Amino acid sequence: MKIGAPKEIEPGESRVAMTPDSAAQLQKLGYDCAIESGAGEAAGFTDAAYEAAGVEVVKTAAALWKGVDIVAKVRPPTEAETKRLNEGQLLISFFYPGSNEALMELARGKGANVIAMDMVPRISRAQKMDALSSMANIAGYRAVIEAGNNFGRFFTGQVTAAGKVPPAKVLVVGAGVAGLAAIGTATSLGAITYAFDVRPEVAEQIESMGAEFVFLEFSDDELPDGAETGGYAAPSSPEFQAKQLEKFREIAPDMDIVITTALIPNRPAPLLWTKDMVESMKPGSVIVDLAAERGGNCELTQKDERIVSDNGVVIIGYTDFPSRMAAQSSTLYSTNIRHMMADLTPEKDGQVVHNMEDDVIRGATIVHQGEITFPPPPPKVAAIAAQKPKEKPKELTPEEKRAGELAAFKAQTKQQVALLTVGAALLLGVGLIAPASFMQHFIVFVLSVFIGFQVIWNVSHSLHTPLMAVTNAISSIIILGALMQVGSSSVLITILAAAGIFMAAVNIFGGFLVTRRMLAMFQKS
Amino acid sequence: MDFGFTIAAYAVAGVLFILSLGGLSGQESAKRAVWYGIVGMAIAVLATLIGPGSGLWVLSIILIAAGAAVGYQLATKVQMTQMPELVAIMHSLVGLAAVFVGFNAHIEIGRVAEIFATNGLPFPQPEGPLSDEAYALLGTLSNFAELIGKKTAVEIGILRVELALGIWIGAVTFTGSVVAYGKLSGNSSKLPFKIDTGAKQLPGGHLLNAAAAAASVILLVMYLGGAGGWTLVLLAALALFIGYHLIMGIGGADMPVVVSMLNSYSGWAAAAIGFSLGNDLLIVVGALVGSSGAILSYIMCKAMNRSFISVILGGFGGASGEQQAIEGEQIAIDADGVAQALNEADSVIIVPGYGMAVAQAQQSVSELTRKMRAAGKEVRFAIHPVAGRLPGHMNVLLAEAKVPYDIVLEMDEINEDFPDTDVVIVIGSNDIVNPAAQDDPNSPIAGMPVLEVWKAKQVFVSKRGQGTGYSGIENPLFFKDNTRMFYGDAKASIDSLLPKVG
Repeated sequence: MKIGAPKEIEPGESRVAMTPDSAAQLQKLGYDCAIESGAGEAAGFTDAAYEAAGVEVVKTAAALWKGVDIVAKVRPPTEAETKRLNEGQLLISFFYPGSNEALMELARGKGANVIAMDMVPRISRAQKMDALSSMANIAGYRAVIEAGNNFGRFFTGQVTAAGKVPPAKVLVVGAGVAGLAAIGTATSLGAITYAFDVRPEVAEQIESMGAEFVFLEFSDDELPDGAETGGYAAPSSPEFQAKQLEKFREIAPDMDIVITTALIPNRPAPLLWTKDMVESMKPGSVIVDLAAERGGNCELTQKDERIVSDNGVVIIGYTDFPSRMAAQSSTLYSTNIRHMMADLTPEKDGQVVHNMEDDVIRGATIVHQGEITFPPPPPKVAAIAAQKPKEKPKELTPEEKRAGELAAFKAQTKQQVALLTVGAALLLGVGLIAPASFMQHFIVFVLSVFIGFQVIWNVSHSLHTPLMAVTNAISSIIILGALMQVGSSSVLITILAAAGIFMAAVNIFGGFLVTRRMLAMFQKS
Repeated sequence: MDFGFTIAAYAVAGVLFILSLGGLSGQESAKRAVWYGIVGMAIAVLATLIGPGSGLWVLSIILIAAGAAVGYQLATKVQMTQMPELVAIMHSLVGLAAVFVGFNAHIEIGRVAEIFATNGLPFPQPEGPLSDEAYALLGTLSNFAELIGKKTAVEIGILRVELALGIWIGAVTFTGSVVAYGKLSGNSSKLPFKIDTGAKQLPGGHLLNAAAAAASVILLVMYLGGAGGWTLVLLAALALFIGYHLIMGIGGADMPVVVSMLNSYSGWAAAAIGFSLGNDLLIVVGALVGSSGAILSYIMCKAMNRSFISVILGGFGGASGEQQAIEGEQIAIDADGVAQALNEADSVIIVPGYGMAVAQAQQSVSELTRKMRAAGKEVRFAIHPVAGRLPGHMNVLLAEAKVPYDIVLEMDEINEDFPDTDVVIVIGSNDIVNPAAQDDPNSPIAGMPVLEVWKAKQVFVSKRGQGTGYSGIENPLFFKDNTRMFYGDAKASIDSLLPKVG
């Protein structure tokens, strides 16, 4: 089968869906490759380079669309492009099916199959074709570069002969792929970087990139669990948003560069950086709004424009950051496409096997065999392991607490009374048979056992060995028995008793000395 | 003839002993507590020497002095790592002393009866006040004989039960302690014969123990029925066998519980003897020791999630089904790799076990700790309640090596901190860090609380070789991705780290 990439017709779009390198890889999968003449020009890939890689260069877009079985594109097709689709043709492109339903319907009517690169599910196996991530990575990097371009100072702090330069402070809002890439770029340029995200579980990732996580004091159950939404942020509660804005307002005057990347799937971008925050920033500060395409996180953002606010803050609302680095983004995007093709071609024989049982292919396919297959069912494999439900004891009301304590007290009392009753009955039983002289000693015995139980529970773990040494030493109290007997007139008794005295004496001294040695060693730091 | 002074001194001594045990609740008060114990013992011995034990007091003092010399030698020469053995072997002395005292009481009864018979007086005494002749005769006897001479038939009967119990428990304690000593000291045992550290039983197993115990009861009944001294000798022999065979059947890993249980036995023996001698202090102290040992055993069994009964009867209880097979391999690492990880880590937890004691590595570990702390790292120790061969064994060793006790934490205190820890070093412990206890319901140690070291970012296991632990169970920890095996003698391994860390 033949796979072809037309020239992007969107003004300002420099990317291309196939590079000479990716074409070589596609040919290994058994495909013939075609490219529209001049398609790679803006990204730095000449027709000659394609030809050298064995790609057929087609003069016009119409010829390309007609002549290939699979069309690979970057931007969603325009209406005119969609109309060019043939029966059975496969289109692979960004599509944003959620907001492009008419286009999807049109493609269905044409009998084509469509794979939307933006619908690739976020599971580990599909990372190699996750074009959103690879583009976001570039956008994050470029956002910092763009900000630096508009920022009149160093990122890194310096003490020079010509004076001291404070380091730039960068705030990154939204720690998705773009946010993390921006954090990494900003910190490696030497800026002090702060980052914020509504998903508390990304704090670790933020810190691993070298930024400081801006914490909001908020209770856990009100925070969204990123795992439920496939790793994307979910809309948050009004209280949370209020708290978040309050925090931003607090830190806004300190920030030199703000990069906002907060997007919620299939929704307008949340408003996070209000007009008054912009007004509180220092002149010369820069805001880069990566969410400009969906209305922007900053109130003043204008899509595709660089504006300067009244107080001299530069606000960049470009939406074509990846396209501004077309060579890099074309390489990554075409690799994503190539991986998608590899998954579609299990036999490497140049024939597409559209396996709708495959989670990744099923998820990305939006039109298949004359039917719209969007939205896809949830993938069988959860993208991220769900957070373990945090076990926390229910907050008890004072009444419940008191009731619980009362119940525990009652149970304890019952247990103790039962034990005491049994014990007393046993004692009485013994008392009935045994003579009084025995009972005197017996009472002493019972009380001592009781004292022993009470005392030992409190001994700390680390002192159990000394405890054993001490009890061992004092168990040689048996020496008293031997001492009492040694004075007997019987020689045998004297000898046995003498041996007893000797052995017990060894134990007394050995036991206490060893204990003292042990305890002397315990010391505080 | 009563010894008012002696009784008063006993009361003081009893209070001191209770304070002594109670004072062991904290490191600082423990130092004072030992002195209470020493003073209590001194008062008790002195009071007895002056009062009821005044006969042949010169001999007594000489013997005590000799015992003191031997005890001093033992206590000052012993390595801290051999503490468990020392405690075990000293128990055996108490047990044997109890046996001797018990036999003495029996012989004395016979002698008193003889004296009364030759003087034509009834023995035991009939109910009611003593006759004048009997009273006069008693005055001529030694203190102990006088005590016996006053007893009525029922009292003599009880006396016999008590002394037989004392002998029986004492004899079990004696052989049990000797076997425990042999198992704990392993190859370094100074016994003339070798004791296998594994759990070994004669054919017949528990039935043999039960038979011996039943025979003991029969002998006791015969003895009470007046069958004579040979029953008592046989009883002691049976008890000696039970002590040997019972402890022989318990694996070395359970020795901590055994030592503490024997400790308890020696207390009960003392209490039984106290009854037969009518000595309240013996009863008080025996009961204190007996109950404290029993509780300690119970606490330890709870820490291991084992039933006390199954430990005492030997072997692990009721694991059924195949244990989970472990996949993966143990990956070794050298000292450079460990040192590098330690230098990069901010927080380190060290989990010591019996292997550290065996290799005498505590000084090296302490030095390593000092260096890492000097480098500003957070270093802590996690002690499992049954680490080592005695409860608190590790604490004592670390204390000896001058590791401050406030960075030595218990399992419950530190278990939650493992996920936030960069590096965990496991030194010579195995079963107490075995994740199978939580993951594998068929594991023999399933349900035993363990230190969750595998949750840390990196785990190094210092271990002599690829062998299994004392319980003979494979440890899946060693096969985990974040675990590296640091083979070699614990002391040599840690020493090789020292120049590279800090």
